[in-house]
Amino acid sequence: MSILEIKNLSYKYGVGTPFEIAALENINFSVEKGEMVAIIGHTGSGKSTLIQHFNALLKASEGQVLLDGKDINESRESAHKARFRVGLCFQYPEYQLFESTVYKDIAFGPTNMGLDKTEIDRRVRKAAEFVGLKESMFEKSPFDLSGGEKRRVAIAGVMAMEPEVLIMDEPAAGLDPRGRKVILDLIKNYREKTGSTVIIVSHSMEDVASVADRILVMNKGKIAFNDTVDEVFSHEQELREMGLNIPQITKIFSELKRYGFNLNAATYTVDDAAEEILRYLHKGGN
Amino acid sequence: MIKDITIGQYFPGESFIHKLDARAKLIVVFLSLVEIFLCKNFLSLAVVVIFAIASVAISKISFKVVLKGMKMIYFIIVLTSVLQIFYNDEGTVLLDWWKLKITTGGIFTAIFMAVRIICLILVSSLLTYTTSPTTLTDGISRLLSPLNKIKIPVDTLAMMMTIALRFIPTLIEEIDKIMNAQKARGADIDSGNLIQRAKALVPIFIPLFVNSFRRAYELAFAMECRCYNGNKKRTRMKQMKFSWRDAVSFVVIAVMLAGIILLNYFFGAVI
Amino acid sequence: MNNEALIRFCDVSYRYESDNETPLPLAIKNINIDIKKGEFVAILGHNGSGKSTFAKLSNAIILPESGNVYVEGMDTADESLEYAIRQKVGVVFQNPDNQIVATIVEEDVAFGPENLGIEPDEIRQRVDDALKAVGMYEYRLHEPHKLSGGQKQRVAIAGVMAMQTDCIVLDEPTAMLDPKGREEVMKSMLRLNKELGKTVVLITHYMDEAVKADRVIVMNSGNVVLDGTPQEVFSHEKIIEDAGLELPDSAKLALRLKKSGVNLPDGILTPEEFIEAFKLSLSGGAVH
Repeated sequence: MSILEIKNLSYKYGVGTPFEIAALENINFSVEKGEMVAIIGHTGSGKSTLIQHFNALLKASEGQVLLDGKDINESRESAHKARFRVGLCFQYPEYQLFESTVYKDIAFGPTNMGLDKTEIDRRVRKAAEFVGLKESMFEKSPFDLSGGEKRRVAIAGVMAMEPEVLIMDEPAAGLDPRGRKVILDLIKNYREKTGSTVIIVSHSMEDVASVADRILVMNKGKIAFNDTVDEVFSHEQELREMGLNIPQITKIFSELKRYGFNLNAATYTVDDAAEEILRYLHKGGN
Repeated sequence: MIKDITIGQYFPGESFIHKLDARAKLIVVFLSLVEIFLCKNFLSLAVVVIFAIASVAISKISFKVVLKGMKMIYFIIVLTSVLQIFYNDEGTVLLDWWKLKITTGGIFTAIFMAVRIICLILVSSLLTYTTSPTTLTDGISRLLSPLNKIKIPVDTLAMMMTIALRFIPTLIEEIDKIMNAQKARGADIDSGNLIQRAKALVPIFIPLFVNSFRRAYELAFAMECRCYNGNKKRTRMKQMKFSWRDAVSFVVIAVMLAGIILLNYFFGAVI
Repeated sequence: MNNEALIRFCDVSYRYESDNETPLPLAIKNINIDIKKGEFVAILGHNGSGKSTFAKLSNAIILPESGNVYVEGMDTADESLEYAIRQKVGVVFQNPDNQIVATIVEEDVAFGPENLGIEPDEIRQRVDDALKAVGMYEYRLHEPHKLSGGQKQRVAIAGVMAMQTDCIVLDEPTAMLDPKGREEVMKSMLRLNKELGKTVVLITHYMDEAVKADRVIVMNSGNVVLDGTPQEVFSHEKIIEDAGLELPDSAKLALRLKKSGVNLPDGILTPEEFIEAFKLSLSGGAVH
């Protein structure tokens, strides 16, 4: 069964004023339990607005958001609960740290859930482990940490709520290649260990290609594509027109195919690409 | 949402009022505020009402925008007028109940006060609507430049003003972001009693302050890189020059002053 | 002294101040770099490799702990030369929001020249030219906070241009931008270098940007570990990876295939180069 289902969702800014703008138009899609979905789109495509509906931060002008089959906006209480069931980690989350210690900051979410001390403690430790924070850091001030460490504390703060669905908005933004890899690996690891549903929002195709099961491409407030990674990347031209970049490897493969090389175009990592080309060459060309 | 605040916003344009010299505009606005206070009867008040409405019309800024900008202060207008109703007990008694007494005099004063406040706001908000904040601070600093002689660092203060104005929208956006992020972690900001609400602000204001210091630090570097030095004399790209428009507006304001004094004198004061 | 070097680092070390008793390690260790006039240099390194320290040292925002930094022969340690140096070398920082001072685009671009005491007419001319150079002239009356990240960053570049600096050092100008913004900024930088002859030093951790430079310098824990053309630098996969960086995917793929015996030339960095080389190599018999 779908854990998250979006039905005919539309969202307008400034309703009732002459400045009314439709930010989202008739969005329909669902996310299965345990799936890893990537939402891609350039700035202003509506992707950030969309994810804020998943935990009831925004209320749709029309349509519904169903979590486990139930409308999250059914009551004030269900909307509040949705915050914990759907964990949303915003872009540059390190700028939202506020507590005096790392431990307390990670515990903020679980404390708001009204859990008891031992349960909070268990969750904080588990989340810290997921993001690779050592216990010796618990009593440090989050403001004394390095940029990458701060980001991991902030991510742990959302993971500690143990949400059924974890949404990460540009988790690797602004990090260097090593930092990006660390963050993406920890998300992968988190998903494997917990079996949670993960939605990752990004404008970097390279990052999501290797981790996502499915890609949802947003353009001008609408869903442009909702398909497997292979299928979405085959629409190179359209993606480019939407201001999105496709991975270099995909670029190379689709171009080579155009020149008549019989290669599998659904290739987007260096390892797969090398293997595919070698296979092709050993077969002796066409 | 807090993003909707329009007070202090600038609407670029090419109208007569937009083109007035910032210094002239400041003086004219100041004088017209004084004149609004000088009005003692409905006739003189009518003069400033016409002046205020005409100014808005000339500025080509839609009345809708101006009225929307006043939304925030409706409460103050209503409160002051209501207080006036009960404060003044002259004229015919219309209602006398318990300790409350409403008289015609009270109603008159209430209306008078309300119109006066609306005019005040119209005229002063027109100043910010038609002048870019930088030009405005520039104008203020030039008007106040004599104060440099008594060692008040007018230019530095003006620079601080400009930076403050520049960062208001950025900080509002940031508050919005932080609020959403903390709400996403279950922070309850919109409910509870006063103490609970005050407590709920901690997770918002601490990051806001920390980030602001970081911004200030980076901004200081960037300004140094562009050779800013608080003590050095700067030139300005935009020169300020008085033109015929400024002369016209001074004449208008002078005629209005004379008119108000005469109307007050001949028709007596109701306030 | 070599007159050709616009910026010269001679045995430069720098260390940030520590909050407590124990001093922090050196952020930059005995570095020697010459940036020549008209070059487009990319400085690569992971976060904390010392590459941002380079930016602040290059125009006397901070001074070396030991060694000297010269800008056109002027020692940055000489306080009387501070303004002369900053008129030669301008710096654009990572966060576009934190370097825009004024509430109107053109007034922000005018900020530098105004500080230099330039005549109003001349400022007007410089502001217009600078805004045109980065393609932001139509936005001159806009409010900066309503612009996109890429546009804001171009305004910041125009602000430095209006001071008529010979060299622009950009400290991770694209780190906070989306792909479209990155492309806009990259285009502006290339234009400044190729058409207007400005020296550009781009500090970044995006490999695909570094590929477009004339020269790439790789930094790791305060040291320069590689310095050369992109082709030379990106042939050292091991050193690049030890520095916490990654080769561009096209280069990685080419190296991987070469190791397996595919006949490809050295120095492939972009998808286009790969495709060309691959086609050529196949027509000449590829394997072994």
